[in-house]
Amino acid sequence: MVFTKRSQSEPKNKLASFEAAILPHLNSAYNYARFLLQNENDAEDVVQESYLRAFKYFQGYHGGDSRSWLLTIVRNTSYNLLQQNRSRQLVDSIDDSTEVPDTSEYSNPETVLRQRIDEDLLKQAIEELPITFREVLILREMEELSYKEIGTLCDLPLGTVMSRLARARARLQVKLAGKINQEI
Amino acid sequence: MKCEEFQSQIHAYSDGELDLTKSLELEQHLPECAVCSRAYADLKTLRKALRSDSLRFEPNANLEARVKSALRREAHGGGTSLGWRWLIPLFSAAVLLIIFSGFLLTRSSGDDLVAREIVSSHVRSLMTPDHLIDVPSEDPHTVKPWFDGKLDFSPPVRDFTAQGFALIGGRLDYIANRPVAALIYERRKHQINVFIWPAASGDTRAAAQVQQGYNVIHWTKSGMTYWAISDLNLAELQQLQGELDK
Repeated sequence: MVFTKRSQSEPKNKLASFEAAILPHLNSAYNYARFLLQNENDAEDVVQESYLRAFKYFQGYHGGDSRSWLLTIVRNTSYNLLQQNRSRQLVDSIDDSTEVPDTSEYSNPETVLRQRIDEDLLKQAIEELPITFREVLILREMEELSYKEIGTLCDLPLGTVMSRLARARARLQVKLAGKINQEI
Repeated sequence: MKCEEFQSQIHAYSDGELDLTKSLELEQHLPECAVCSRAYADLKTLRKALRSDSLRFEPNANLEARVKSALRREAHGGGTSLGWRWLIPLFSAAVLLIIFSGFLLTRSSGDDLVAREIVSSHVRSLMTPDHLIDVPSEDPHTVKPWFDGKLDFSPPVRDFTAQGFALIGGRLDYIANRPVAALIYERRKHQINVFIWPAASGDTRAAAQVQQGYNVIHWTKSGMTYWAISDLNLAELQQLQGELDK
């Protein structure tokens, strides 16, 4: 009798505390997975799989930012899937040089960057970024994680987080300028 | 410091990740430099646009329910495989079958157990004449009162000599965890034990079986359970059952 009671109540409590701590991050998890995988079905599968993994390892989670913790699992699960699918995303060459992004080509008044930015164009531009740039951008701008959190999550030195972020933004600005010029 | 370096710092500055000294230097430089201040303004515009909720991918409404049910399956010992859920109806059917057959088994083994006790008691009663009869009498008016005070019920005692079943006495016995009345009838030197005790349930039709070569008939009538056993043939034993039921 005692054992039956334990085995029934323990998973229930574990599930309840897990859901209370981790389920509120569902939107973040999905948004991140969706931007990484660029596919709705894959993103949903990865989110579900990530939650199951997170639940499995929940006992190993001792405080800290639960959202970063979950997003780390989402990242690993997403990359596993991309590897399985031999995604071309992963073979995109990454230029991690810390050179300063050249802003001169868009820093003229005609680029309209200081006016309202068209959100459809912006979203399209983000999706066209290589995955390494895309993900630091999402984590910083949408999930508002710190450089340190991003570094831990993506296993990158702080300097690389900083330079990738700068380059991601510069590329976005160039892309946007190009698209806006095309439309004009 | 060159503008190039300042412009590499405006990202960290904008992110609140630039150290204090460098931040102060940058803040001094920006109002003095049109190129750097424009780059900074462009960056702020871009970042403001990136904060817009409409850029986010919102999950479908059913994703949360899907994740929750997957977690429940996981929490209750299920695997992560989606195929698992198809086993549920099969599993339920198997459980029902086990419960049902268990019910049948205990039911039949319950009756079976009593039948074996009946046989044992019958055989024991035949081993020595002393064991057979506590109160030797063909008179029901002697046998019936004899049970008074020995049992918590009054068994129906009748003689069927005219029908070929002579009452030869009564005995106290212990069957199915309770004291019961045993009536002994005789037909052509064949002894017949009829065990009687109050029934737990309503009337049941007579069920005949053979136990260790003996014919056994079991039935319930008017609140009494009857077990009749003998080496007599079944047809004649059923005849006695008919008389007892009248």
